[in-house]
Amino acid sequence: MEDRILQTARSYRRFDRSPVAEIEALIRTIRQDKTNSFITIDEEGALRDAAAAEKMLAHSDDPLVGVPIAVKDNICTRGLATTCASKILAGFVPTYDATAVKRLKERGAVIIGKTNLDEFAMGSTTATSSIGPTLNPWDLSKTPGGSSGGSGAAVAAGLCAGALGSDTGGSIRMPASFCGITGLKPTYGAVSRFGLVAFASSLDQIGPMAVSARDTAVLFDALKGHDPLDSTSAQREYPQMGLEALDLKGVRIGIPEEFFSEGLDPDVERSVFFGISTLENLGAEIQQIKLPHVRYGVAVYYIIATAEASSNLARYDGVRYGARDTDAKDLLDMYLETRSKGFNDEVKRRIMLGTYVLSAGYYDAYYKKASQVRSLIARDFEEAFAQCDLIAGPTTPVTAFGIHDMVDDPLRIYLLDIYTIPANLAGLPAISFPCGFGAEGLPVGMQLIAPHFREDLLLGAGIAFQEWTKFHRVKP
Amino acid sequence: MNGYDITIGLEVHAQLLTESKIFCGCRARTVQEPNTNTCPVCMGMPGTLPVLNRKAVDYGIRLGLATGCRIAKKSIFARKNYFYPDLPKGYQITQHLTPLCAGGTLDIETASGAKSIRIMRIHMEEDAGKTIHGDREPYSYVDYNRSGVPLLEIVSMPDITSSEEAAVYLRETRKILMFLEICDGNMEEGSFRCDANISVKPAGSREYGIRTEIKNMNSFKNVQKALDFEVRRHIGILRSGGSIVQETRLWDAAAGATMSMRSKEESHDYRYFPEPDLVPVEVGEDWIEKIREDLPELPAHLRRRFQSQFGLPAYDAGVLTGSKALARYFEECVKLLDAPKEISNWIMTEVLHVINEQGIDISSFPISPERLTEMIGLVRQGVISVHIAKEVFSEMTSTGKSASEIVHEKNITQISDEEQIRGLAKTIVEANPDEAAKYRAGKTGLLGFFVGKLMSATEGKANPKLAGRIVKETLEQ
Repeated sequence: MEDRILQTARSYRRFDRSPVAEIEALIRTIRQDKTNSFITIDEEGALRDAAAAEKMLAHSDDPLVGVPIAVKDNICTRGLATTCASKILAGFVPTYDATAVKRLKERGAVIIGKTNLDEFAMGSTTATSSIGPTLNPWDLSKTPGGSSGGSGAAVAAGLCAGALGSDTGGSIRMPASFCGITGLKPTYGAVSRFGLVAFASSLDQIGPMAVSARDTAVLFDALKGHDPLDSTSAQREYPQMGLEALDLKGVRIGIPEEFFSEGLDPDVERSVFFGISTLENLGAEIQQIKLPHVRYGVAVYYIIATAEASSNLARYDGVRYGARDTDAKDLLDMYLETRSKGFNDEVKRRIMLGTYVLSAGYYDAYYKKASQVRSLIARDFEEAFAQCDLIAGPTTPVTAFGIHDMVDDPLRIYLLDIYTIPANLAGLPAISFPCGFGAEGLPVGMQLIAPHFREDLLLGAGIAFQEWTKFHRVKP
Repeated sequence: MNGYDITIGLEVHAQLLTESKIFCGCRARTVQEPNTNTCPVCMGMPGTLPVLNRKAVDYGIRLGLATGCRIAKKSIFARKNYFYPDLPKGYQITQHLTPLCAGGTLDIETASGAKSIRIMRIHMEEDAGKTIHGDREPYSYVDYNRSGVPLLEIVSMPDITSSEEAAVYLRETRKILMFLEICDGNMEEGSFRCDANISVKPAGSREYGIRTEIKNMNSFKNVQKALDFEVRRHIGILRSGGSIVQETRLWDAAAGATMSMRSKEESHDYRYFPEPDLVPVEVGEDWIEKIREDLPELPAHLRRRFQSQFGLPAYDAGVLTGSKALARYFEECVKLLDAPKEISNWIMTEVLHVINEQGIDISSFPISPERLTEMIGLVRQGVISVHIAKEVFSEMTSTGKSASEIVHEKNITQISDEEQIRGLAKTIVEANPDEAAKYRAGKTGLLGFFVGKLMSATEGKANPKLAGRIVKETLEQ
């Protein structure tokens, strides 16, 4: 099966299957599945929307009508619990849809449920979820990556036709890479953040995950565009995303030497070089480039992201919604107990780090300095894109590892995002798609980065790549 | 004061009269029923985002221009982080390093003369909700109706040197906000609030004393009282060789004293950083010019013009420019009848008396400028006396009839017929021979006695000027 979304759309129109039958079958599969990809399954809502989609099919060519989509559980869904995989949001049911969800629903897509993630999207393994880790469908002893691991595993295991993830430092691309699927982190401002529970507001983006670049393009086409509810969403006209391969002849692809540094697994390196040579065979011109400041990316990221997170997570205080410690004897006690019990260690670690870097006397040394270096990284990319059209490299330094590995080593986990973080810091769009398999038969992803708002190049290049390769067709 | 210099800086928070809140579509006006004027955005629900209400920026620019501030071409919002139940997001969206307006002045006039108070900055921010502490219950209530109402914070330089100046500065600030029609200035309801920073130092000393911040002063009177209290407290401590503790203090109006709230050590580290959910506010020249064109005449200018154009005393000009509507009322009257001082007298006494007594605004005052000037016209023509006019005025207030209608109905046209008055005067002088003799013997103070008799004989309708002259003539014949 090449394209799951487009294939499903075709099967509906050939009357091979109805949306209701598709959803019913899928929910049975999800219930038997072992990956722990879902936090909430919305059987009632999905069947209702599937029935409505059956009527829509008669007069709509839209490939999303009746197509089952899974949504990461840090994206708000009206009337459906949104937990961020955190105990602190117990009982919280939004009264509003995230704009991304609303747009999918308007196009007729059916939201089947909410997928697992690292608590508040802080992590790279999906193991810090309050409901326990999601397992990689390629090998249930391995992590699917994170933080959108539930969405990644669900797509790879065929539990949905496509999914929404969110990407702050690599949280779409990394699980896409570990699960052998395609994932797009759009340009900052291309997709509305309204309804995405904020982790680090200046870095967060919602994006699509699917088995193929073509399906990913179908989803991105529905998601993109200005939203008056998000001041940081860009006011610009987008061309409709074509579903055609990009003619790579003469397309200049830059290979940054910094992305092939120490710590890169040799299997990953080999697969990525194979991917690059495939692009070259398709006509691309490969050239070496330099991004001298990206080596500070991880350090800069863990200052800016934690600073913003420490502020964004202040609202979970037990006063208005979610969990509250009711034994508290006074206000301060209620705050302390609610937040101590409600957040996991990783979230608390980041809140403390972020609080520290914003503190009086430290702001200039940390947050301000990090913001300055962030601009330098953005400038590196600007200069690079003066001489090339796309940048290529690995998505992650390794393939999926054991779910219990590295749990006590946050610094090693932080370094897994070394190649994905720079695109977030610079606000650039980036895609990950499969380009091979490692020694254990686990998928390897390669990453392409494009100039701002050139998702069309990323998706077109991905489609071209997948027309010539079969990695994305291999199922776990 | 007594060998000490007082330094005061004021922070005013003015709620803006925009239709909607600063970052969401909820109404900005006060709603009584708690928690009925809220939405996911101003409740800080997960995933929601602020969207700036540009009208709030308009209003900020309006005040900035009115006080001669520079308007920032690009200003950014910041987050001020602290925990409190009435702060739904755990941070307040405000402006920190780049306020919308900076570097202005506000002119005040006190008993000791005119003075310019420098404005350090004016910035935009969102209001918090209200925490209401139950009397008996071991818990508190929070009402989020106010959460997200737009505020302007106006920070003065420490140019104020007495509590009296502070009160005048506040009154002038409030008046400007109201003239600009961007704030209703209601201090009791909290739409106009003030915090003060105060320090004292030995007279002539170059270094400022240690300052305290005073909060919770909800009337002009309380501001003055709290500052006076604090000055005495500071001086008392300094005189006894102690030192002032830098802290925030609350004014307790019932106790007539300030109480320590939190010390510098306990003060918050607000961890300000740029608000990533909002884009910078960029204000171009054309935006500023458009607002400048629509700027109304401001109280200080109006005061000067009322003095120069109408020859009014400073006192009159001050009273008549007490509000924009009152000034407009006066000007409409003057347009209809060129008698500014008489109109001013009537407005300052009778009109304001009714307004204050009934607790109404000039806009709902029942006598229109047309009617008021018609009545003053009748006085000038001698149709009615000033004395009668006051009765007519009160009749106009209660019935809504015009002065001439009342004069006609009640037959209270003034008697200005000299012969008629002379005849009455003669009768009265003849009827009181003893008093007449005394008068002629030099006790001229008795003139009032005769005039009074004449006025009561005519039920007050005799022209008082004429009556006085004719009675005098009759007595001295």
